[in-house]
Amino acid sequence: MDGIFLQQTINGLTLGAVYGLIAIGYTMVYGIIGMINFAHGEVYMISAYLSAITLAILASFGLESFPLLILGTLLFTIAITGVYGWVIERVAYKPLRNSTRLAPLISAIGMSLVLQNYVQISQGARQQGVPTLLEGAFKLHIGEGFVQLTYTKVFILIAAFVGMALLTYVIQYTKLGRMCRATQQDRKMASILGINTDRVISYVFVIGAAMAALAGVLITMNYGTFDFYAGFIIGIKAFTAAVLGGIGSLPGAMLGGLILGVAESQFSSMVNTDYKDVFSFSLLVLILIFRPQGLLGRPHVAKV
Amino acid sequence: MSSAIANNPMDIKKSLVDAVLAGLISLIVFGPIVGVVLDGYQYNLEIDRVAMIVGVVMLGRFALSLFLQTAKGMAMLASFESSDSGVHVLAPDYKSRLRWIIPMLIVIAMIFPIFASKYLLTVVILGLIYVLLGLGLNIVVGLAGLLDLGYVAFYAIGAYGLALGYEYLGLGFWTVLPLAALAAAMAGALLGFPVLRMHGDYLAIVTLGFGEIIRLVLNNWLEFTGGPNGMSVPSPSFMGLEFTRRAKDGGVPFHEFFGFSYNPSMKFIFIYLVLFLVVMLVLYIKHRLTRMPVGRAWEALREDEIACRAMGLNHVLVKLSAFMIGASTAGLAGVFFASYQGFVNPASFTFFESALILAIVVLGGMGSTVGVVLAAFMLTVAPELLRTFAEYRVLLFGILMVLMMIWRPRGLIRVSRSGVVPRKGVAP
Amino acid sequence: MSEEIVLSVDRLAMHFGGIKALNDVSLNIKRNSISALIGPNGAGKTTVFNCLTGFYSATGGTIKLNARGKSTDVVKVLGEPFELGDFISPPKLLSRIYYKMFGGTHLVNRAGLARTFQNIRLFKEMSVVENLLVAQHMWINRNMLAGVFNTRAFRKAESQALDHAFYWLEVVDLVDCANRLAGELSYGQQRRLEIARAMCTRPQIICLDEPAAGLNPQETEALSRIIRLLRDEHDLTVLLIEHDMGMVMSISDHIVVLDHGLVIAQGGPEAIRSDPKVIAAYLGAEEEELV
Repeated sequence: MDGIFLQQTINGLTLGAVYGLIAIGYTMVYGIIGMINFAHGEVYMISAYLSAITLAILASFGLESFPLLILGTLLFTIAITGVYGWVIERVAYKPLRNSTRLAPLISAIGMSLVLQNYVQISQGARQQGVPTLLEGAFKLHIGEGFVQLTYTKVFILIAAFVGMALLTYVIQYTKLGRMCRATQQDRKMASILGINTDRVISYVFVIGAAMAALAGVLITMNYGTFDFYAGFIIGIKAFTAAVLGGIGSLPGAMLGGLILGVAESQFSSMVNTDYKDVFSFSLLVLILIFRPQGLLGRPHVAKV
Repeated sequence: MSSAIANNPMDIKKSLVDAVLAGLISLIVFGPIVGVVLDGYQYNLEIDRVAMIVGVVMLGRFALSLFLQTAKGMAMLASFESSDSGVHVLAPDYKSRLRWIIPMLIVIAMIFPIFASKYLLTVVILGLIYVLLGLGLNIVVGLAGLLDLGYVAFYAIGAYGLALGYEYLGLGFWTVLPLAALAAAMAGALLGFPVLRMHGDYLAIVTLGFGEIIRLVLNNWLEFTGGPNGMSVPSPSFMGLEFTRRAKDGGVPFHEFFGFSYNPSMKFIFIYLVLFLVVMLVLYIKHRLTRMPVGRAWEALREDEIACRAMGLNHVLVKLSAFMIGASTAGLAGVFFASYQGFVNPASFTFFESALILAIVVLGGMGSTVGVVLAAFMLTVAPELLRTFAEYRVLLFGILMVLMMIWRPRGLIRVSRSGVVPRKGVAP
Repeated sequence: MSEEIVLSVDRLAMHFGGIKALNDVSLNIKRNSISALIGPNGAGKTTVFNCLTGFYSATGGTIKLNARGKSTDVVKVLGEPFELGDFISPPKLLSRIYYKMFGGTHLVNRAGLARTFQNIRLFKEMSVVENLLVAQHMWINRNMLAGVFNTRAFRKAESQALDHAFYWLEVVDLVDCANRLAGELSYGQQRRLEIARAMCTRPQIICLDEPAAGLNPQETEALSRIIRLLRDEHDLTVLLIEHDMGMVMSISDHIVVLDHGLVIAQGGPEAIRSDPKVIAAYLGAEEEELV
């Protein structure tokens, strides 16, 4: 195993962890209302802007300690992005609960156009960025070369893991989680049992947005730059991750994210960087053809 | 019931609470993004913009809340909740008024280029190209109920088909026109066949990805497609006669052959006329399709796929036919776009373009083909004339799509269905 | 398989993950008969139906449909998963790939078996006549060019399809509703339209999934008349799932009783009526009492 391979695996894992976090939003929304949330990529993009804005504001108050900066950014970004998730559901999905199958998809696409363009108009079309927050790296010498594991990447992996663990706890062991799972299984029955399913669906959007916000902060830390168009490609890739892992399955989303991240990093180092997005999209099509239920998903049985 | 409502006093307090809540949420949502504009690692505050947006949201919410308490508002709310689709069957002897309007329009369209300026002509050509795209996508989305978000890919295949065909094979406009339709249909088949057997939403995301793949390949394959700089496209010719002032290689240009003076907008007049013919042809084919077995099968499939399979319809092939016909229409439109523009580059084939075409179908699709034609002109010609709003164009499309879906979610369905004269049945 | 038997099911099994919906179901349906599939709720009746009509691909067993002059293997036409043996014999592999690509539920219908659904599935936003025309998709002129140019042959085929559609509308007494939307019809009318639509695919065997559910006694009586007419005048085989025992006993020639995914009894109405196992299944008797 040479250094480049290991380095790309590390890069891929960090990237994949972030894909996984965004994929959770797709998977949960799909699980509960059986629909792809096309505006989810835009939620991530908004959170990237929010994290840069928070950082800029905090920095202007002279705050320099990394833990405080990152904590403030995370809290603020997750809170506001969560509200975005709620608003998106309220505007683009809730009025269409009993409509044709196509209507919510189209309104979600409309929503995603609105969000993109609104950010473009208010923040300008140029690329934005954040300063590096965590300097330094671990260096591992392997043979001729060395592998670099920046502190930022370590932080991303830890934060993504903590985020996943928290979410798993919420879904598995809290009342809210039980309500979510019940609504996912059978919405009508859940509402007969006194669960306010409309509210549960809202919560799911908020949770998905919060996870995307975490991803937004982490990715912004790692790459430093983003623009109003960033949500589009990452959105499709996160969706690919969700499908790869098995849509509707939370561990699947994370696993799919990691696999996709590593595969993409290896592809861009071994084959061609320009075509790495093409590679991911092709992967999506191939999964859909050969294993539509994904790695951890259950095969779909049509109700007749 | 309505009198009881009318007697109730307006609950202004409730409306005020609604307005304040909406204002609060919009402050949270819009505040950071609109109010804090990033500038490098610093920021500029724009409090007045936030105040304006929050004010507008509060006023709007207040007005809406008051309106929904009136009898009229209640009636409107109730009409949202009822599932009445507004589809109706026409009487068997119904004659459409269109049979007068269409010949009139054809006559107007034929004499139009004589009076039109070159600028007006180009605007109308663009409008017609989008009519073509809208019609094609309307078959896929409106009739067959398949959400194709990468429609622009087939458009790109047509446009680049002409550019590449000329560059590498020396093909001209007329050869490429049918070939592009064929190539786009083949691409549609290759993409559609594996994906169409799956749950409908997957198609949306796969086509979205496909549209992006095509654009990325066009952008990155420098040696073959010229990358972001694009490629030039030859002017069309008519029976080998060119529309330039002087023909290449000692040929005779069009105007000399027919013995009149050179007119620089002649190329556009030519494109306009051919395009108009193609649009009329596509309109006619679409009209026929809805009355043919395959058109009925598309709509049935949109209504209930499981029932269709039980009726012996191969749902994959039926969907595929809609997908391919839609794709080939986009391929045709692409060829016209390329020759109209004189060059092609990947920037013309972004996701926004797909979204624009979808917006045409959504806005115009209120059931009919006529709607699509009007919407195509509205959404392409109007922004052309109102340049100041160009920045807000996509925003408006987005809002339009959300509102249309809430206001008329079934707007995509053909609302008037043709009736038949009852007859005596014949036993099999 | 003899000509007498139109549908033969042998050792049919269907598992959903760990749940065994059907364990071992074998039955034979005679040509030109009315058979009923009955059993308590959850016995697996609809699962049998979905296997027969090609909506589920069975976990085990065979289903042979002997209609339209040929024998069709229902499990095969749905496209089975690849087996090791396929890679040794190319013809077998090719046929499997063919059915994987182009096979599916629709081939079962084309082989001569039509069905209706428990929760009515009409094309609600299309007119009644259009519903019937869609069902005749395989019998009309599907040539694209003929349709676009509206040729004489195309018009003739369409006209014949309309004749046929109106014939079935007369049978189910819906001629007055021909130009209404299917979704606007009353419940009973929708049930009848679904039968007419299934008949428009020109099947030799029709499977009705709870056709009398939600109908009043008069409508049920009319339905029984239609079903008998299908058998007597159209040379059809009818297989139905039904909970209305009065109707089942009065019209069936043969009854199959299902419980817990197993066939517990079959025979004529008289034999079934007095079968202790059937009574026990319906009344929920203890296991010991049966022995």
